[in-house]
Amino acid sequence: MVDHAQRLADRVWQRYDRKERLIRYAVLLATLMVVFWAVRDIDIFWPWVWDAPNQISNLGARMWPPSAAGLSGILNALLETVHIATLATFLTIFLALPVAYIAAQNTTPNRACLWLGRFILVSSRSVNTIIWALLFVAIFGPGVLAGILAIVFRSIGFIGKLMGEAIEEIDRRPVEAMEATGASKAKVVAYAIVPQVMPAFFAIVVLRWDINIRESTVLGLVGAGGIGVILQGAIDTFAWPTVATILIAIIVLVLLGEAITSLLRSKVL
Amino acid sequence: MLEITNLVKRYGHSEAVLKGLDLRVEGNSVVSIVGASGAGKSTMLRCINRLVEPTSGSIKLNGTELVNLKGAELRRARRKIGMVFQGFNLLDRLTVMENVLAGRLGYVSFYQAISRRYPPADIERAFVLMERVGIAHYANKRADELSGGERQRVGVVRALMQEPDVLLADEPTASLDPRTSEQIMMLLQSLASELSLPVLINIHNVAQAKTYTERIVGLRHGKMIFDGQPADFNKDALDAIYGGIEAPDDAITEQLGTAVEEPRHDAV
Repeated sequence: MVDHAQRLADRVWQRYDRKERLIRYAVLLATLMVVFWAVRDIDIFWPWVWDAPNQISNLGARMWPPSAAGLSGILNALLETVHIATLATFLTIFLALPVAYIAAQNTTPNRACLWLGRFILVSSRSVNTIIWALLFVAIFGPGVLAGILAIVFRSIGFIGKLMGEAIEEIDRRPVEAMEATGASKAKVVAYAIVPQVMPAFFAIVVLRWDINIRESTVLGLVGAGGIGVILQGAIDTFAWPTVATILIAIIVLVLLGEAITSLLRSKVL
Repeated sequence: MLEITNLVKRYGHSEAVLKGLDLRVEGNSVVSIVGASGAGKSTMLRCINRLVEPTSGSIKLNGTELVNLKGAELRRARRKIGMVFQGFNLLDRLTVMENVLAGRLGYVSFYQAISRRYPPADIERAFVLMERVGIAHYANKRADELSGGERQRVGVVRALMQEPDVLLADEPTASLDPRTSEQIMMLLQSLASELSLPVLINIHNVAQAKTYTERIVGLRHGKMIFDGQPADFNKDALDAIYGGIEAPDDAITEQLGTAVEEPRHDAV
């Protein structure tokens, strides 16, 4: 009996041993030091920070009440914004799917295609939509076309990468079964791969459409069409009540987009 | 007639999985291939329809050499070789009818395939075969709504839609419960005689092999060490095939423990 009690008393459990604990403290310390260094280094002009509440109430007063004067123009621009997002998403599908096909390990024809596909995806994703827009405004001039192309070029990376991953995650066994029937490559893809990636495809496209609506609201800041153009104009002319109306309109649009996509997701998928 | 001569399969530089197999299957005989895991059963079957590339040797189906075929010729040859899989390998999100008609993919055009405009004769054949195995009322159900035994019937019908000259079944009952697997074995046996079709069945269950097939081939380490009638398959043959690998009792009852992908009613 005594032995048993003794053994229980000796049994100590600790989640981390001494070495692990030291490492955890060291990581915490290093993190704090990096944060401290960053704050010291970026040179914030503190009086302006303390003055911010004043500025906010001042700007708020100038914005209120929102002006309904240019409302029809704003609504038109809003519609244009949605059109940019929809058209761009639609175009992207045709460009991104072939890229996804060659960038997926299990469907790519050969190594060169695999690397080409990955290169396209990485370059599309590493350049922000606004940067693409600057580029296309320089090439095609300001306007909706530049905006659509900017969103297409950014979306190819998004849809292509996620679809490529969906293709890589399929169950290989139906593919084997279709090959065994004597089906050609195209038929194997149509029967064994396409049905398996369909749910992912819808989810990804709807999600990207939602993102594209938000992205297309800022395209106008660099002259690539949409609501951003008149927002920029209103700010430049200090028409603050109009700015307020535009901001409210954008928020409503984004909420609508969010609502539509979640409805689609729950109904279709 | 299927004729395999000196078939060798080696993955990379490792030891060969198949070490010079010879096998002749004629008429409508049902042949079971038994052997422990890793004996080369599955590799042998997959060499026949070239899902696995043989290293050397010859495989002839009704006089056509299969080993050197490429591209369109290989696909044409595959149409005549039906295959039934352990995991059923169905197109889960498509209907039973689409799964069955997929057996005709080697015959129809790409447009017919994607628009689902199969020739009336194919659709008629599909209904006849589905009625024969008792799944015709599921034609418009999604394949993943069926139970394991029903799913395997879809797999069998799909293979028969190819109008094959030979049927390969790779562990067709290993994912099924004991009773359902008996039914599938019975089905394969009777279909073989109805359609006068030679059938090769890889199987773990020695008892079922003896009951439902008329010839047993035993593999061990890539070599054939038994070829004869079920009556001649005695304890010695069993020991030779499984000896030192697993107890004979296990080999017979192993089935009970491997009902993995059984009913999927909950997938609705």
